[in-house]
Amino acid sequence: MKRVQQVAISFILLVAALSLLPQVFSTMSYAQQFRDIPDAAPSHQHLLGTDDLGRDRLVRLLYGTRVSLLLAPSAALLSTVMAGMIGGAAGFAGHRVEKLVMAIADLFLSMPWLFLLIIVRALLPLNIAPMESAAVTFILLGGLGWAATARVICVDSKSLAGSDFVLLARASGVDGWHLFVSHILPNLRPLLLAQFVILIPVFILAEANLGMLGLGVVEPLPSWGGLLREIENIPSLSMRPWQFVPFALLVAVVSSFHLAVKRQESTI
Amino acid sequence: MRRVISGIARATAVLLVGGLLGATLVRFAPGLGMDEQELDGRLSHASLQALRSSYDLNTSVTAYYMHYLGKLAHGDLGYSQTLGAPVRDLLEERMPETIRSVAEGLLFAWALGLALAIATVMARRLAVELFTSFCAGVLLCVPAAMLALLIVVIHAPGRLVIGLIVFPKIFHYAWNLLEQSASKPHVFHAWAKGLSRTRVLVRHILQPVLPQLLALAGVSVSMAFASAIPVEVVCDSPGVGQLAWKAAMGRDVNLLVNLTVIVTAITLLANSGASHSSIKSKLREV
Repeated sequence: MKRVQQVAISFILLVAALSLLPQVFSTMSYAQQFRDIPDAAPSHQHLLGTDDLGRDRLVRLLYGTRVSLLLAPSAALLSTVMAGMIGGAAGFAGHRVEKLVMAIADLFLSMPWLFLLIIVRALLPLNIAPMESAAVTFILLGGLGWAATARVICVDSKSLAGSDFVLLARASGVDGWHLFVSHILPNLRPLLLAQFVILIPVFILAEANLGMLGLGVVEPLPSWGGLLREIENIPSLSMRPWQFVPFALLVAVVSSFHLAVKRQESTI
Repeated sequence: MRRVISGIARATAVLLVGGLLGATLVRFAPGLGMDEQELDGRLSHASLQALRSSYDLNTSVTAYYMHYLGKLAHGDLGYSQTLGAPVRDLLEERMPETIRSVAEGLLFAWALGLALAIATVMARRLAVELFTSFCAGVLLCVPAAMLALLIVVIHAPGRLVIGLIVFPKIFHYAWNLLEQSASKPHVFHAWAKGLSRTRVLVRHILQPVLPQLLALAGVSVSMAFASAIPVEVVCDSPGVGQLAWKAAMGRDVNLLVNLTVIVTAITLLANSGASHSSIKSKLREV
């Protein structure tokens, strides 16, 4: 593994670990308000200052990082599992099923993903609870992002279905389902793993976009998208530079994922 | 001819099913029928009933969609309840703005992406490679809405954003293609024969990858349209992207179904245009 990739993976793990232990930095809650010091500059008590409702920015950033870093991989896992099952089965089951599944994938790919996501997310009830909104946002991300991956998996599954060892297994009387689960899917694992890692930064960015449009995780639960939304009120880049910390962290984490993806691609 | 007809039939089917999918998503969304006006305590029971019935909640999706297609055949796209105007007028008003910003953005993205990809492949220097991949890499890690916001804050033209969002994808794909093409034996032979840089680039590196670049052109149109939504919302640009956002926020069924059909049609048109040109170009090679 190259040194740059080692650093990238270590950085992601460090950020994830910090986000899981916000109590180390502060015992405050992400929703706790200090009404006497709204919009405060960084100080010893509040290292990144407070937001316009008097909530500690550092604590919100740590909890927001936890939400984004836990849910984006979960969404990527959902998407990869869906793509693995649908694309894998389509390539394995034969020409007709493949054509049908690829037509459905084409349909999903014909509509810009963000457009579809905005429509579906915006149509959820207005009074949805914060945790539910976080879960729904990432389930939607996972549920709508399978099509492109399924196409890639389908091609690989098709070539595996025609390989000698599958032919031998068929000749030995192994049934279709057992063949698919025990022989096709394990061979698709490296590709599925690479697709899983590729999807994580995609979903982190998608959540950030949704959050900035006001369609992400509902307040007071923080997420990177919601935290970036606060920057909308800044009149110039030089004012309150500490408000850009969530943005810098997001860029650093997504870059690290991209560097780690290169490693995954090279291992296939 | 048969291939063209089957392609058109397939595209039409995807278009119709796409519209139906849009209508279904909206119709079965748990939030449909919830209107902020219902919170107004001054409204009587009859007014609330009238408000709810305006959403056609009793009509099935297929009945609604058939009715929509029937009206579409006569050029009637329906009426937007949230914006209080015919959908056709809204689209006519906003489409030119989006087309102009997408076209300018794509032009910028392609000019910059292709130029940097060519420079990286031809220069063959680590410093150039690091610089170009760093620029593209950083832009790839910034959310589209955040990029739009930064552009607004530094008072740069908003149309630049779409170009900056699409540019890294074009650069990376074009760079990979050109790199592969430049490492083919015939290119080394051309260099060894002492052909000029321009001739090697145009005839031996660029020309063989033209079909793939044309396919990328089709995909980039779809990318640009998708990025128009956050960009137009953040930059407050009166285009179709902003209209889509307003329609989604206002749960406007008519507007959403029309926009779904239009966006699907644009994507299909761009993709089939690109694949048609790439097939033609492949045939020419043969």
